[in-house]
Amino acid sequence: MSTHPRLDSKIPSGDVEKKWSNRKFENKLVNPANRRKHTVIIVGAGLAGGSASASLGEAGYRVKLFVYHDSPRRAHSIAAQGGINAAKNYQNDGDSIYRLFYDTIKGGDFRAREANVYRLAEVSVNIIDQCAAQGVPFAREYSGYLSNRSFGGSQLQRTFYARGQTGQQLLLGAYGSLMRQVEEKNVELFAFHEMLDVIVVDGKARGIVVRNLRTGEITTHTADVVILGTGGYGNVFYLSTNAKKSNCTAAWRAYKKGAFFGNPCFTQIHPTCVPVSGDYQSKLTLMSESLRNDGRVWVPKAKGDKRSPKDIPESERDYYLERIYPAFGNLVPRDVASRAAKAMCDKGQGVGETGLAVYLDFGDAVKRIGKDGVAKKYGNLFEMYEKITGDDPYEVPMRIYPAVHYTMGGLWVDYNLQSTIPGLFVIGEANFSDHGANRLGASALMQGLADGYFVVPYSIANYLGGEKLPPVSTDHDACKAALADVKGRVQKFLSIKGKQTADSFHRRLGKIMWDECGMARNRAGLTKAIADIQKLREEFWSDLFVPGTGEELNQELEKAGRVADFLELGELMCRDALEREESCGGHFREEYQTPEGEALRNDEKFTHVAAWEYQGDGKTPARHQEELKFDYIHLAQRSYK
Amino acid sequence: MTTSKQMTLKLKVWRQKNAKDQGRFVDYTVEGVNQAASFLEMLDVLNEQLIRKGEEPVAFDHDCREGICGSCAMMINGCAHGDMPRTTACQLHLRHFNDGDTIVIEPWRARAFPIIKDLVVDRSAFDRIISAGGYVSTNVGNAPEANSIPVPQQDAEAAMDAAACIGCGACVAQCKNASAMLFVSAKVSQMAHLPQGQPERARRARNMVAQMDKEKFGACSNTGACEAACPKGIKLTNIALLNRELARAQVKS
Repeated sequence: MSTHPRLDSKIPSGDVEKKWSNRKFENKLVNPANRRKHTVIIVGAGLAGGSASASLGEAGYRVKLFVYHDSPRRAHSIAAQGGINAAKNYQNDGDSIYRLFYDTIKGGDFRAREANVYRLAEVSVNIIDQCAAQGVPFAREYSGYLSNRSFGGSQLQRTFYARGQTGQQLLLGAYGSLMRQVEEKNVELFAFHEMLDVIVVDGKARGIVVRNLRTGEITTHTADVVILGTGGYGNVFYLSTNAKKSNCTAAWRAYKKGAFFGNPCFTQIHPTCVPVSGDYQSKLTLMSESLRNDGRVWVPKAKGDKRSPKDIPESERDYYLERIYPAFGNLVPRDVASRAAKAMCDKGQGVGETGLAVYLDFGDAVKRIGKDGVAKKYGNLFEMYEKITGDDPYEVPMRIYPAVHYTMGGLWVDYNLQSTIPGLFVIGEANFSDHGANRLGASALMQGLADGYFVVPYSIANYLGGEKLPPVSTDHDACKAALADVKGRVQKFLSIKGKQTADSFHRRLGKIMWDECGMARNRAGLTKAIADIQKLREEFWSDLFVPGTGEELNQELEKAGRVADFLELGELMCRDALEREESCGGHFREEYQTPEGEALRNDEKFTHVAAWEYQGDGKTPARHQEELKFDYIHLAQRSYK
Repeated sequence: MTTSKQMTLKLKVWRQKNAKDQGRFVDYTVEGVNQAASFLEMLDVLNEQLIRKGEEPVAFDHDCREGICGSCAMMINGCAHGDMPRTTACQLHLRHFNDGDTIVIEPWRARAFPIIKDLVVDRSAFDRIISAGGYVSTNVGNAPEANSIPVPQQDAEAAMDAAACIGCGACVAQCKNASAMLFVSAKVSQMAHLPQGQPERARRARNMVAQMDKEKFGACSNTGACEAACPKGIKLTNIALLNRELARAQVKS
């Protein structure tokens, strides 16, 4: 383990309140006439990539935007339900930028960079202004002013929302702004294009290799700077709340070209998801955390109680979150709520056919505010639940269980959101930066938009204003080499002609990951998982079957490429989890827990970011450390009691 | 409740290799699928079977599988997303079918949505309609303090009702004229209900409708098939509003 010279976090000088202002002032600028001489490649059009494309287009750069969907409006941010945090203090309940900063650092179990998190809290207020101006239909009070609700890990109301479709509305806001830039020809949109490699010239990111998913054509595109807003890698578990196409390929290709990967093992398991019901299952569905504002979580006190929930009297129910964590009750952070649900089920108090579920009960809420009141707040979520399970949650409590939802880990970036490859910036869930070991609810949307609207435009100007970037044509040797690599890889998938489908490998990988690198991890399990994944990978490369050709829409070929990368990333996650000999946030090592079963950090040894450097196929990657300093918020054992 | 009942389904699926291919229905039988599975999971099972036999799987678009991304798009027994009200194909579950049923699956059929392969169609026309005016022309940095512009709650709610559109294209697919009026009106209506949308109201309606016509979507004849097919419950009244907006825009110009 060593500190690596490339791991310079570039945190600005000054008090935490001044750092971002200082950085904005120090930054170099690019004058408007010169901006149009610079080409910026952006990959992904979720909240981060979409907002970055819109703002850089507005600024006057020549943006080339690549998305693998048929339209930028389908990026997975669209599925975010509950809300977006901002330190507006509209509810007069004691919120401030500093408190949002504090809650986020604490919520992340002291494994995030203070300076980044402070900036996130600082720009959060601008995000709400920006989105309201775009016509995002946020929930309003009768006064016409904006409404708020609560999310986990906070004792106040700072979450803005648009019913249970906040992500959709924020994304469509960004998409509208982005499509306006397409109309104005500042953004060139390449839909149905998947990025398959980064092109590095003289040590700097200068382009990408993409495959046109409709025609199969593989081409290179060059630029002065490349921005990845390609989301998280929760689908390494196969079953997750992520959309089916969400994958790690862009980030993984960048890692293999020299970008360090930060804290890969930090995964968020969301406590409230519809439980798994069978082996045909293709994905899991989240039930928004906002439901925990009014829903009460419980299990029967007796083990193996198979009575219908209606027949279990109050005195025989264990509202365990309210019992164990009276201060935060049902609104403890996600990692805490997930582990508590698992603990209850492990003790035999789980409900439903599999015993792997707990109840989320709206009985009291219906009594208090009526069915209409509940419907107004959560109507679409209740509908969604009923469609999947056939149960009516107004009548019967929801059955929920934790599921993989988000990855705090991602490509390592400095304060400017630049990776260890100069000219390669990483924004949104794809980077590792702001959430430490656990993300608070309603903070992903905040981070995506903060990065895209308010941070990366400044970083890009600073980078372009300070670098000499001779033009690179697609004839450059580095482009030709990357193109040949990608073409070779595609041909390899098609030529194996084995017997097993990409999905079948993916399911097996997912099972290994969930069993050994999921909600609870230990040395023996992780060691075994690494060996199992290596074996599975060998099998993949000798027995994969991809039908069809490379010169057409071929969804099996797309899957194969993604699964191949997951098979490598999964191993890195296990390695990272193995090396981090402590429990923090979503990373729970069974060997390290308090007598009450809470996560036990080891601040002396692990107050750092683990940044992994690729060393070549078949070689053990190098683990470097970026030390984290807490000058403002004192390291303390988290308590939500 | 979850059940583990197995069922067998007979499928007639539209197969078309590419845009130039003529296309045809092909019969398949899917055996032993769990009744608790979703419709798309049933297609996953079919595809897994086809691949194992060395055949090409059925291409279909999908992503979030929870009814919000708008990717999935297929006619199921002649109905866009199937005949369950307010449900996308990905949210449709097999418990609504009977063991032994025959199910016909086709792509969206509209001149403005050319078929790419099997059930996958090109809906980029919708993107071009949005880029013609489906936004507020505000740059990042322009925005005033959010609470400085109050929005009456009923207006915010009406805007949200319209904004719930997922851009799937079911309205076009179900319409005998392949009209995109419901899609266009949803965006126009969202903005017309909000103070932020007022300055560009006339221009937005005019430009979006002009682009819609250019994309060769059909005219609206008010049959309401779009509303019935819409998985998000977008109301036909939005089309009435759009017509008023257009009339207003013409008077203004």
